[in-house]
Amino acid sequence: MKKILILFGHPAFRRSTMNAALREAVETLDGVTVHDLYASYPDFLIDVRHEQHLCEAHDIIVFQHPFYWYSTPAITKEWFDLVLEHAWAYGSTGNALKGKITFQAITAGGSLEHYGKDGLNRFTIRELTIPYRATASLCGMDWLPPFAVLGIHQGLPESERVRHAEDYRRTLIALRDERVDLDRARAGERLNQDLNSLIKEG
Amino acid sequence: MEAFLLKLLIFLGAATIAVPLARKCKLGSVLGYLIAGIVIGPFGLSLIDNIEAIMHFTEFGVVMMLFLVGLELKPSLLWQMRTPILGMGGSQVLLSFIAIGVVCAFFLPWQQSAAIGMILALSSTAIVLSTLREKGLMNTSPGQSIFSVLLFQDLAVIPMLALLPLLATAAMHTDTHHGSALFDIAALPAYLRLIVVLLSIGFIYVLGKYGSRPIFQAIAAARVREVFVAAALALVIGISLLMTAVGLSPALGTFIAGVVLADSEYRHELESDIEPFKGLLLGIFFISIGASLNFTLIGAQLGMIGGLVAGLIVIKAVVLLVIAKIFKMPVSERLLFSVALAQGGEFAFVLFQFARGNGVLPQTVTETLISVVAISMFLAPLLFLLYERIFAPKRQKTAAARAPDAIEAEERPVILAGFGRLGTDLGRMLMSAGIRPVILDHNEANVDVLRRFGFKVYYGDVTRLDLLESAGAGEAELIIITLGDHDKSIELVKLLQKHYPNIKIAVNAVDRAAAFEFMDLGITTIRRETFGTALTLGQDALQLLGFDPYAAYKVRRLFRKKDKETMPELYRIHRQDEDKYVTMYQQHNANLADLMTKDREIDMTELDQAWTAANPET
Repeated sequence: MKKILILFGHPAFRRSTMNAALREAVETLDGVTVHDLYASYPDFLIDVRHEQHLCEAHDIIVFQHPFYWYSTPAITKEWFDLVLEHAWAYGSTGNALKGKITFQAITAGGSLEHYGKDGLNRFTIRELTIPYRATASLCGMDWLPPFAVLGIHQGLPESERVRHAEDYRRTLIALRDERVDLDRARAGERLNQDLNSLIKEG
Repeated sequence: MEAFLLKLLIFLGAATIAVPLARKCKLGSVLGYLIAGIVIGPFGLSLIDNIEAIMHFTEFGVVMMLFLVGLELKPSLLWQMRTPILGMGGSQVLLSFIAIGVVCAFFLPWQQSAAIGMILALSSTAIVLSTLREKGLMNTSPGQSIFSVLLFQDLAVIPMLALLPLLATAAMHTDTHHGSALFDIAALPAYLRLIVVLLSIGFIYVLGKYGSRPIFQAIAAARVREVFVAAALALVIGISLLMTAVGLSPALGTFIAGVVLADSEYRHELESDIEPFKGLLLGIFFISIGASLNFTLIGAQLGMIGGLVAGLIVIKAVVLLVIAKIFKMPVSERLLFSVALAQGGEFAFVLFQFARGNGVLPQTVTETLISVVAISMFLAPLLFLLYERIFAPKRQKTAAARAPDAIEAEERPVILAGFGRLGTDLGRMLMSAGIRPVILDHNEANVDVLRRFGFKVYYGDVTRLDLLESAGAGEAELIIITLGDHDKSIELVKLLQKHYPNIKIAVNAVDRAAAFEFMDLGITTIRRETFGTALTLGQDALQLLGFDPYAAYKVRRLFRKKDKETMPELYRIHRQDEDKYVTMYQQHNANLADLMTKDREIDMTELDQAWTAANPET
């Protein structure tokens, strides 16, 4: 069983619905640690050593956050800046994250048709998350495309929210129990695009 | 004198034994008192006599209780409740009167039936309110409805006293003037009587609104505690006398006084001063009800009295259910509403005596009915219990299913002890976040000024348990202690930990040594008074010296974190070495030396690690 660390970043968690539902769906799973960055560091003073130890103790690292300006909320960015130290995460002796699976779990306002060459946002989700992909690559991590919930601004119906939360839970369980076809996953646009084809029933 | 003391001892002794026992058996204190009364009464151990006189005297407990209830009801809140009071209360009294009257009319002349209907329409304010409070139901929505009905009933006693003599069929007794020691208002013509009544209510209003503040202020300034208690008692007793003199119910008068004083900053003081007297008087009142149960009579007419009790409870309960339905009460609340008020009340004792005296009802009828009322009052707490056992669990389940975010800031009371320089800003900040703390302060000047600016500030010594109790420490989620006096703070923390083990405590410590003392008591949320300012000023200093603003901020932030990390270590050293120091001065120096040594170990390199542009590999 793999151990999963969710680095959760949401500056107004009490007012979120989708992120709250996603988090709630996986919080109590065996082998999953949810680490709320804003709650742990309300003053942004991230404890770098503690964060590094957390990463070392897990096999899969998920960054769950809303997709703000094609990027992350401020604290998640601060986390990258401070925690991914030279000689720990990268550089000739920085191997701490090597081989760990990583992906983003994001929620975005625009719907699927907005993310594309002809859409409002001009690029696909996979393209827009390239900086993160490059980061993972520099740290020698096993990158997977984002688990993306789109169309939040239109207000998702309750049934949709429940479905996404269930998908998230399924994905994490499958990753934990090593039942995901990783090659197939890597090639996809989004992790949750066609879960049935990725997950091998165990 | 000795006889009196002996009697007092019997009452208090019986209460001391019976009430804790009853509570242990989850029966509630009211039942405990009632049972104690039966045990020491003429049909038990026969330890007391002249019960009627005792009951009459201790009825004053009901007056005090309504004063306390008034203190908790602001005029605005009372105005909001006008529909339930007039609507539910009015229809309860009217419908019960009709229902009971019609049933009686099958057996008795109509005048007697009407009198009985009136008197039995009333419920027991004393038992119901005591039970509601004990079960914490007072501020729930059925609790408020029940209270509204009881309040209307207290009002209804006044016209009843006026109407009953009109129903007289027999010759009048001689001692009917329910009069006063001062003057007999009945001698005045009707319009003058009305004017006197209105004037006295106006007097209570003016006294409460404008007169009480300077008076209490002067008394509080004297700092002799008993004098405040004396003044509070004098106020309640004076108002009851005035009300009796003008022919109104004393309970109503003190209730009005309570409402007028509900906005006063001395409210908590008054509450905690009157509370023990009320508790004792009511307790003895309940004991005397228990003792007044005439078992010879009950034994002789067992079938009839049993039937009457059952009939009374059923009729009242059905009427209440109908009212609950008319007023669209939620189904889950209807049963509690109906169970709570389905009994006779203590006013019935007074009114039956009054009716007999006025030749409305014959003694045989009143004697039987007084037993019926007493038994129904005895059964009332049992019915509550039965309701709780059978129906309440279901009710709780439906409540739990509702969304959890409905918790209002108001319902999570916070107490702010100390409203000086520190407490003021803290209080302002909490209020900006929608939290309205109950503020306790012992500085009269503060209380005065802050009150003018619309803060809710109450005057009193925060280490007095009764004051904490009336400020709601029992229900409060959190208390924040910002007293300037360290010893007082420590005393308060110990008091809280002993009596309110569940309340969260946040304290302000004057310095590091003070913080250590709080740590001794197991407190974890401790802020040193000047520490925050020291660091902010330090940040300013760095900035004035040419540091980048963000760099100065980061130094402050990191320093604060490191300080927090070294605190447990310093605490350990401090406690280990304590015995070594002969003087405070020595200890202070040693503490300072420890602190500086620790500071030297602080590694500030973490500060800029990630933000340096140079290639780390070269």
